[in-house]
Amino acid sequence: MNLLNLLKIAVNALLLNKLRAFLTMLGIVIGVASVIAMLAIGQGSKKSIQDQVSSMGSNMIIVMPGIQQRGGVHMGSSSSKSLSVDDVEAIAMHCPSIKMVSPEVRSSGQVIYANNNAPTTIYGGNENYLGIKMLTVTSGREFASKEVQRAAKVCLIGQTVIDNIFEEGVDPIGKYIRFNSIPIKIIGVLSEKGQNTFGQDQDDLLIVPYTTVQKRILAISHIQTILASALSEAASSSALTEIENLLRQRHDISDDEEDDFEVRSQEELVKTFSSISDILTVLLGVIAGISLLVGGIGIMNIMYVSVTERTREIGLRMSIGGRSIDILLQFLTESILISIIGGVIGILSGLGASQLVSSVMKWPVAVMPQAVLASFLVCTAIGVFFGWYPARKAANLDPIDALRYE
Amino acid sequence: MGKAIIAVNDLRKDFQVGEVTVHALRGINLKIESGEFVAIMGASGSGKSTMLNILGCLDKPTSGTYELDSVSVAELSKNERATLRNRKLGFVFQSYNLLPRTSALENVELPLLYNPKIKARERKEIALQALEAVKLTDRMHHKPNQLSGGQQQRVAIARSLVNDPVVILADEATGNLDTRTSYEIMSLFQELNEKGKTIVFVTHEYDIARLASRNVIFRDGHIIKEAQVTERLNVQVLLESIPANDGFD
Repeated sequence: MNLLNLLKIAVNALLLNKLRAFLTMLGIVIGVASVIAMLAIGQGSKKSIQDQVSSMGSNMIIVMPGIQQRGGVHMGSSSSKSLSVDDVEAIAMHCPSIKMVSPEVRSSGQVIYANNNAPTTIYGGNENYLGIKMLTVTSGREFASKEVQRAAKVCLIGQTVIDNIFEEGVDPIGKYIRFNSIPIKIIGVLSEKGQNTFGQDQDDLLIVPYTTVQKRILAISHIQTILASALSEAASSSALTEIENLLRQRHDISDDEEDDFEVRSQEELVKTFSSISDILTVLLGVIAGISLLVGGIGIMNIMYVSVTERTREIGLRMSIGGRSIDILLQFLTESILISIIGGVIGILSGLGASQLVSSVMKWPVAVMPQAVLASFLVCTAIGVFFGWYPARKAANLDPIDALRYE
Repeated sequence: MGKAIIAVNDLRKDFQVGEVTVHALRGINLKIESGEFVAIMGASGSGKSTMLNILGCLDKPTSGTYELDSVSVAELSKNERATLRNRKLGFVFQSYNLLPRTSALENVELPLLYNPKIKARERKEIALQALEAVKLTDRMHHKPNQLSGGQQQRVAIARSLVNDPVVILADEATGNLDTRTSYEIMSLFQELNEKGKTIVFVTHEYDIARLASRNVIFRDGHIIKEAQVTERLNVQVLLESIPANDGFD
């Protein structure tokens, strides 16, 4: 029997029992739709975390002072003074995988303009700092390396700080503000970045040359963090090892000692944060997968009923020349058809549900094409797997018994 | 009389029912030639149904030979027998066995679906011819539940004709029908027989058997009597003897 005839017979059989075919399909529809929607939600949250982390900087590598031991007592990492400006210069000179590097020192305090004041954080970096953190200036200018050298009292200001201390419509550029009583001239306004994933306002900041923070605000000579930018995403792991080796050498750390610093790449941050949503995705996927399995069992159940109901038909088909394989294929085609049609409807409703979730609940969703393809294949497999036993039962019937079946 | 369509030699069939072996057929010799109309008769349990199953290639004999149109059936596999049924045999059953909710035409087309040599268009043409032969062309789009018993059986006969079989096997084909309709069906069989179709017919009604050309009587797995019908009845005469409205005046 050719494929066309098989399909015709299967379609006719399904049309004869429309409601039953539809209800059987429903199991698959719900299963597939939930797999697709759940994975889309899981992937969406993962992707949004990834986007947020990558918006923090371009292939950024962060070097922080490590945990130090003094007489067996672990000290907090912030108390450590292990990083210096010389480390920054050495990284710039000796690490080929690094594009840009900058020291970072920060302090929090009160910013004052006229009668207004607000708490904020001041960050100090060099002329590469904006590039590494992927920040841009919307008006005014960035500070130059000369201003870094002479610890100039110039700053770039974030939008939140402007909103907090300036009246509406006032151009902040050229105005002097005071940070912990030190007057600083505003030379540029930073572009808005909004909140990050952790709810932190990324516009509540001032950026000044690091020397200004070191000398005029904190009076320190070490630096708190080193920020670097790798040449590319691929180069970031080699950049990591380069920095680690260089700093171990510079800090005279012997092979059996632990680092007195910590190097993290943005990639690792992404991994850390997205592992949570990975678990979520798997969990949602498994639950949805179970409903798909239940749908498959539904098909099997109905196919068994159908084979029993149509025993005489099977007997007749055999007596007029249907071979076992013809009967097997007939019932298999039917179950595959149910699961594939169910699968297609399921994929469409899954895509629809994902859209609905993103537009009504404003959740980030990302439909994975692999998930769509995989659900389709799984559906076909379900059709074959759960249709196989009922179909084989039909094919193995004895035509004489089947014809006499009441 | 033409060549032998069915040649059965010392055919035996045993069934194992639990510990007991039932000898359903105990050495049958039977030859049916082309163009014959044979009625197989016998009481329940006489072995006539078993015989028909074997003649229909639905079952294999325990021993003995069976040649259908010069093909030795005993040596064929299950699949080969299925194909043989499809090409050489036509079945008519007591309970019609039409596919429910499927039009008469599609029911008649059914055997051709299992013959890959026949294209879809040809299939419809052949099926229409078969329906014409049973005078049901006007009902071809009707479903079985819209047809009377006699009409359903005529659809089944059309189905058995559609593959141009060498022999039509009918199992109590009039068993579910009233007398008049039975005669109508028999008239159809006689007509087909006159056109050269070989027919083997299982029945337990003597008056039906007398419409055939030869009677074979089974008892306890043996053929106990085999005879040409001397005073063969013409079914038209019988039909005229019954009032058209079946006597319900």
